[in-house]
Amino acid sequence: MSHQTKHLTLPIGEAEARALRVGDILYLTGRIFTARDEAHLTMLEAHERGEPLPFAPGEMALFHCGPVVRQVGDGWEVIAAGPTTSVRMEIFEDRFLETFAPRIVIGKGGMGARTQAGLEKVGAVYTHYTGGAGALAAKRIERVEDVHWLDKLGMPGAAWIFAVREFGPLLVTMDSSGGSLYRDLEPTIAENMKAVAARIDAS
Amino acid sequence: MSTERIVPALVEALRIASTILPEDVVEALRRARGGETSEIARAQLDAILENVGIARDGSIPMCQDTGTQTFFVEAGVRSPFLGEIRDWIAAAVVDATAAIPLRPNTVDPFTGANPGDNTGRFMPFLDWDLVDGDEIRVTVLPKGGGSENMSTVKMLPPGVGIKGIKKAVVEHIVASGGKPCPPTVVGVGIGGGADIALKLGKKAILRPLGSANPEPAAARLERELLELINMTGVGPMGVGGATTSLAVHVEYAHRHPASLPLGILVQCWADRRAHVLITPDGTAEVIS
Repeated sequence: MSHQTKHLTLPIGEAEARALRVGDILYLTGRIFTARDEAHLTMLEAHERGEPLPFAPGEMALFHCGPVVRQVGDGWEVIAAGPTTSVRMEIFEDRFLETFAPRIVIGKGGMGARTQAGLEKVGAVYTHYTGGAGALAAKRIERVEDVHWLDKLGMPGAAWIFAVREFGPLLVTMDSSGGSLYRDLEPTIAENMKAVAARIDAS
Repeated sequence: MSTERIVPALVEALRIASTILPEDVVEALRRARGGETSEIARAQLDAILENVGIARDGSIPMCQDTGTQTFFVEAGVRSPFLGEIRDWIAAAVVDATAAIPLRPNTVDPFTGANPGDNTGRFMPFLDWDLVDGDEIRVTVLPKGGGSENMSTVKMLPPGVGIKGIKKAVVEHIVASGGKPCPPTVVGVGIGGGADIALKLGKKAILRPLGSANPEPAAARLERELLELINMTGVGPMGVGGATTSLAVHVEYAHRHPASLPLGILVQCWADRRAHVLITPDGTAEVIS
């Protein structure tokens, strides 16, 4: 596995996204939006009703995150903003990718076959950000540009638009050519589990 | 009068738990960093350790999931404050949510409504133990949702024995992969009943990291399970590596002849906790 470190300015195009590979480490500058389960659903439902979205998700990275944010005057200050467990979004992430085409997904824990297919179809990557590193992430967020559906979805569930500088390190763990760090690990773990089973049987 | 002293002490305990990772956990993470040979596994632990430093120095929550606030109350039966402690804890949670701040994490299961202050039906949850004496010892455990989602109970057939327990725990940790934010602390509760096994597992994660159960058989199981889990190669954040868990703690109760309940409680690397000791004169000491 190669480890290329790339500093990207958003938005990026399909060709640029398709050139990213499992093992690449990314630092992003530009805009990212947060969306957990409910924001995914809210955005998909708005699209189905033919309503325009209040922001352009295709030009930003999608961040699976429910941040801690504090109101300061008319604006907002991000206190902590690490990734949430991505696999909850597996049930609609392929549809989300095909509808809105964000080129970079940021989360933790990896995703499944549906998302992998969506990444391949659309030309996008899934990246892993260290789980729980909420204070570190907040340091790389320059400002909150906007927030949508705050009343409906609450602080963790709302879609927050962050302007970020050198946001990372993000490890590409699923790419658009079918590469998956999680799948690559499976044979190693399966082999290790044979040794585990032998140890247990002998105990 | 005591409210004025004890509520702020409880708020301070919540602040310490949310912003300062206990030194035993930091030390275990540093050791794990030293034991990793993979570049991407080391990068995960480096990010965690840098994050822990930023949180401590800036007095900000180390993780955006500040958890649901669970309190373990060891209540001395002769304490004069048994009637008040529940209200004080609830008041402290409301104050701490605004002051630290904590993410509002209590959601009505039917309406989805979030009161915004981390209170709600049965929340904050208090786990009571009546003990001898006149002091109250409160332990706060802000536990995140990602790792709690990986906690489970299995009702094993007793015939599988302790070997069956080992197999079930390791298989569950492998199936959980990166989702509970490893390296984790695993609490294993054995026996009692379904609810009791889970409760014992949760109490197990409150122990100082790597402390051994005083019963030799349970202590041996702790050591074996830690070795077995770290043989799997799941690694920090599930990206592959040598340290999947920092510690395994076992607690047990006698079981029904027909049952072998196994509670598996998974705690993320952010093994946050703090204690408050309330004495009968109304003073409260915060112990991190």
